[in-house]
Amino acid sequence: MSDLTSLTLAEARDAVRAKKVSSVDLTKAFLGAVEAARPLNAFITETPERALEMAAASDARIAKGEGGLLEGLPIAVKDLFCTKGVRTTAGSNILSNFVPPYESTVSQNLWDAGAVMLGKTNMDEFAMGSSNETSFYGPVFNPWRSRGSNANLVPGGSSGGSAAAVSGSLCLAAMGTDTGGSIRQPAAVTGTVGLKPTYGRCSRYGIVAFASSLDQAGPMTRTVRDAAILLRSAASVDPRDSTSVDVPVPDYEAVLDDGVKGLRVGIPKEYRIEGASPEIDALWADGVEWLKKQGAEIVDVSLPHTRYALPTYYIVAPAEASSNLARYDGVRFGHRAQGAHDITELYEKSRAEGFGKEVQRRILIGTYVLSSGYYDAYYIRAQKLRSLIAQDFTRAYEKCDVLLTPATPGPAFAVGEKSADPVAMYLNDVFTVTVNLAGLPALAVPAGLTADGLPLGLQIIGKAFDEATVLRAGRAIEVAAGFDAKPQQWWRAA
Amino acid sequence: MSVDKDTVRRIAKLARIALDEGRVEPMAQELNGIMDWVAQLNEVDVEDVAPMTSAVDHALRMREDAVTQGGAADALMANAPGGEDHFFVVPKVVE
Amino acid sequence: MSTPAKGQTVKGQTVKGQTIKGQTGDWEIVIGMEVHAQVLSHSKLFSGASTEFGAEPNSQVSFVDAGMPGMLPVINRKCVERAVRTGLGLKAQINLTSVFDRKNYFYPDLPTGYQISQYKSPIVGEGEVTVDLLGGESVRVGIERLHLEQDAGKMLHDQHPDQSYVDLNRAGVALMEIVTKPHMRSSEQAAAFLKKLRAIVRYLGTCDGNMDEGSMRADVNVSVCKTGGYEKFRESGDFKHLGTRCEIKNVNSVRFIAQAVEYEARRQVEVIEGGGTIRQETRLFDSKAGETRSMRSKEEAHDYRYFPDPDLLPLVLEDSWVKEIAASLPELPDGKKARFVALGLSAYDASVLVAERETADYFEEMLAAGAEAKAAANWLNNEYFGRLNKAGLSLATGPISAAANSAIVQMVASHVISGKIAKDLCDIVWKEGGDPREIVERRGLRQVTDTGAIETAVDAVIAANPDKVEEVKAKPKLAAWFVGQVMKQSGGKANPQAVNAILKVRLNLPDEG
Ligand SMILES: [Mg+2]
Ligand SMILES: [Zn+2]
Repeated sequence: MSDLTSLTLAEARDAVRAKKVSSVDLTKAFLGAVEAARPLNAFITETPERALEMAAASDARIAKGEGGLLEGLPIAVKDLFCTKGVRTTAGSNILSNFVPPYESTVSQNLWDAGAVMLGKTNMDEFAMGSSNETSFYGPVFNPWRSRGSNANLVPGGSSGGSAAAVSGSLCLAAMGTDTGGSIRQPAAVTGTVGLKPTYGRCSRYGIVAFASSLDQAGPMTRTVRDAAILLRSAASVDPRDSTSVDVPVPDYEAVLDDGVKGLRVGIPKEYRIEGASPEIDALWADGVEWLKKQGAEIVDVSLPHTRYALPTYYIVAPAEASSNLARYDGVRFGHRAQGAHDITELYEKSRAEGFGKEVQRRILIGTYVLSSGYYDAYYIRAQKLRSLIAQDFTRAYEKCDVLLTPATPGPAFAVGEKSADPVAMYLNDVFTVTVNLAGLPALAVPAGLTADGLPLGLQIIGKAFDEATVLRAGRAIEVAAGFDAKPQQWWRAA
Repeated sequence: MSVDKDTVRRIAKLARIALDEGRVEPMAQELNGIMDWVAQLNEVDVEDVAPMTSAVDHALRMREDAVTQGGAADALMANAPGGEDHFFVVPKVVE
Repeated sequence: MSTPAKGQTVKGQTVKGQTIKGQTGDWEIVIGMEVHAQVLSHSKLFSGASTEFGAEPNSQVSFVDAGMPGMLPVINRKCVERAVRTGLGLKAQINLTSVFDRKNYFYPDLPTGYQISQYKSPIVGEGEVTVDLLGGESVRVGIERLHLEQDAGKMLHDQHPDQSYVDLNRAGVALMEIVTKPHMRSSEQAAAFLKKLRAIVRYLGTCDGNMDEGSMRADVNVSVCKTGGYEKFRESGDFKHLGTRCEIKNVNSVRFIAQAVEYEARRQVEVIEGGGTIRQETRLFDSKAGETRSMRSKEEAHDYRYFPDPDLLPLVLEDSWVKEIAASLPELPDGKKARFVALGLSAYDASVLVAERETADYFEEMLAAGAEAKAAANWLNNEYFGRLNKAGLSLATGPISAAANSAIVQMVASHVISGKIAKDLCDIVWKEGGDPREIVERRGLRQVTDTGAIETAVDAVIAANPDKVEEVKAKPKLAAWFVGQVMKQSGGKANPQAVNAILKVRLNLPDEG
C-alpha cells in the first residue's frame, strides 16, 4: 500500500484483518508521521516503544486468528485519559510528572479491543479552553491554513491535539473528551468527525475530571464510519462510575447506511445567531437541502433557552471544576512548590505555580459562585436554567428525531486572536454547549470549506442513547457533502 | 453585581491559590466581565423550576461490601512529592 | 454542622437541669451533641479499601481514597443499610431520597479537598432517644438528623520537628453523623445520652462504639442561659433564648464529656459575669488539664461551598427494603428494659442489665438456663459484677459461664445451698471451673435442713459456752454469735433459718431479736 497513513480506521481494520498489512508496519507509518509532525505540537507524550510492542502483540494475535474489533489499529488518546505507567498531564504543569498507577476504563476498553497507543495528545489545560492555547505544553497548530497564508491557526479545543492528529493523518483515530464542545468544536475546525456520546455512555473512570456532570469521552475520526467503530469499543457500562448508564451498546456501523428517509430533522431557529459567519448559515441551509433530498422530513423547532446555555455552562462547569481541582494540592502527587513554610503556603504556592491562568480564573469563578451568599443567585439559578434547557430538547423531540445545527460560529482562527477576551473565547462553544447541559449525544461532521479554504462542520444532535440515529444522519451529510479535502502537509517541509 | 478586590482576595484564599497583589485588580476586572455577562440569566423566571444536578435520571447504584482495593502503598506513594516510610509528608501542621 | 429546626417540646419532660450558681444568679446549661460513629463494614463508604483498624500506614488506601485524578466514588450498600438501621433504632424518619453533597475545604487529611457528606437532604431525619438517669428518672433527647459521610485520614505531628505525616487508612471510612437537638441539661444527661447511643448502635451492630479507637467521637455544643431561658426556647423554638454555644471537639470518653461540659459551662458563666461575651467557636478538651481551649487552627472563616456531588446520583431507597431492615431489628435497650421490669426487676436493675448488649444477653442466658429473673439480677448486680470489676474483667473475659451462674442462683432459690455457700461455691468455680451442681455434691456443700443434726450442733455450742449463754440473756442481740458458731461447726451448710429457730427455743429468746 502506498501511504498507510491515508487509510481510514475502517480501511485499516479491513486490511489488517485480511493480513494485507501488519500492525507493526501500520504503526511504524504513523510513528513516522507523528515524528514528522512535531511542529504541530499535537502530542504531549509519544509512546513509540509501547506502540511497537502492542502492534507486535496484535500481529501475533492476528496470526493465531484472534483479535478484537480494533486489533492492531494505531490511535492516540487525549492526555486527559489516565494511562497506567504512561505520564498523564491533563495539559497542566501541576501534573507534569504524574504517572498513573491505573488505566481509564475507556482507554482500557480500546486496548482490550486490540488498539495500539501512539501517544497522548495535547489539550487545553484540564480541558479548559476552546483553542488549545491554554496547554502548559504549548499551543497546537491546526494542520489547515488559510489559502495562501502561512499564519498558524488554532485547532480548536480542548481536544485540539487529538483533532490535529486525526486531521493531519498522524493516527487512524483519537479519543477526546467533551465538556462544552471540546470534541465537536475542534473536529469542526479541523475538518474531522467528532462525536460526543450521551452522558453516561462512556465511563468517566480514570479520566481527569473537569466538570463531572458534563464530561464525556468520545471518538475523533476522519469519517463517520470510523466514529461508529470507535464508539462501539469505547462505550461500556462501568461499575466504577456511578453515572455510567446500563444501556446496551449496539453495532453502530451495521445501521450506518440505512439512510434518512422518513427521519424527522428539527431545525432550531435559535441557532441562527448574530455574529456567526454567513458561510456557516449557508452551509446549514445546504445541510437542510441534503437531508431533504435523501428523504428526511424537515421540521422547524424551537429551543427557546439556547441563548442562556453558555452563561449557565460558565457557572456550572467552573463550580464543579473548582471542587474537582482541589485535589491538586502538592501533597500526594503532582507539582509541589519548594520552600513553603506551612501547609497553607504549600497549597497556595503549589497551585499558583501548577495551574495556568485560565484554570486559575475558572477555579476562582467556581469558588465565587458556590460561596456563601452567592450560591442561590448563581449556582442554583444556573441549575434551574439547565432544567429549562434540557426541557427545550424534550419538547423538540416530540416533533423530531434529530436536530441539525452548525457546529461552530466560524472557522479556525489565528493563534492569539481571541486569547485576550475570555468571553469572546467562550462564544466558540455557543452551538455545542447546550448538548452537554442536557446530556445528549451530538456529532460534528465536516461539510464544507470557507472561501479561504478552511473546513466548517455541521452538528447532528440526537436523543439520549440514540447515537445510532445521530451517526446515520451524520453519514447522510457526509455522503451528500462529499467532503474529501485534506490539509497540505506544510509541517513536513518546516 | 461586582467583584471587588477584597472579594478576589477572599476567594483566592478559599481556593488556595496565591495571587500576587499585582494580579488582584486585573483578575477582578476579568471576573467582573464574566459575571456581568452571566447576569443575563436573571432575565429568566426560574421561580418554579427544579434545579437539574445530573443528566442521568437513574438512582445511585450500590456496590457490595467487599474489600477489593488497597494494599498498594508503594503504587500509592509513587507520585508523592514528599513521601517517607509510606507516609505522605507536609510541613508541620499546628492543630 | 448542625442546623436544628424549631425546638420541639417533649411532653412529660420533668427532669430539672443542672444549675450553676453565679454571682448574678442561677444559670442553666444547655447541651447538644454531634456524634460521629464509624459504620461497621468491611470496606469504605465509596471505595473497596479495608476499614480494619491499626494497619500499616497507607496500606488500606484505594486510589479513590487518595483522591487520585479521575477516580470516582461508588457507594457501599452495607453502609447505607446500617445508616437506615441506626435511624430505625433512633425511632427516626427514614428519608427514601437523600443526596450526597461535597463539603469543600483544604486539609492534608482530606485528599480530594472535599468531604462527601449529606447537607440538605440527609438519609435520616428526626428521631428520639430515651436516656435513663441514675435517680431512676429518664429524659428524652431529640435527634435532629443522621447523615452518612466520609471519615478523614489521620495526621501524626510528633514524628518530626517540622513535618507532619499523613496516613490515609481511615480516609473514606463511613461515618454516621448523629446530631441531637439541644435537649440535654446537665453533664450527667450528656454522658448518659452518649452511653445510651453507644448501647443502641452496639445492639444494632452498626458501630462498635469503641471510643478508644475513635470509632465513636462526640462534639459537644455547650451554652448557658439564665434560669427559665431553656423553657422559653422549648416553648417557642426560638434560639434567642439560649446563649451562644461553643463546640467542644472530639471528646473521646463518656467521663471526659461530663468533665468538659462542667468546665465549659463554668467558664462561660465566668466570662459573661465578668462582662465578656461568648464567641461562637470550636474548642478542644484537654483531658490532662481538665479544661477546654480555643482551637486556633479552626478559627479562620469557613465557607464550605456545599453543592451536590456530581459524581453521585440521588440515593433512593426502596420502601420494601426499609421495611425489611425494620423487621430485622433486634430488641433494643428500651424494649428489653420494659420486658425485664415486667419480669419483676426494678427499673434501676433492669437499666443496668440492658446498658450493654453483652450483659443483657448473659442475663437472658441465665434465665434460659432456669434461673428466676429477680434472683439472677440480684446475683449479677450484687455479686458477680463486683467480682469481675475487682479482677478487671468483663462478662466476656470473666471465668464463669451464664449457665454456671444460673445453676448457683437456682440452688440458692431451692435451698440446696445457702447464700453463704453460694459465695464459696462461686470462689471455687471462679478458680477451678467445673459444674456447680457437681461441685456441691462432690464436696458435700448441700445445706443441712435436718433439724436433728442442727439441734445437736446447737446443744454442743451452748454446752461449751455457758458464759455466753448468760450474756445472751442480758443482750439478746448476741444470739448472732451463736448462729455464727453453729454455722461454722456445720461448715456453713446448716440452714440459717433453722439454726435461728432452734437457738431461739434453746436460749429462750423473745420473738423480736
Ligand atoms: Mg459536624
Ligand atoms: Zn461530620
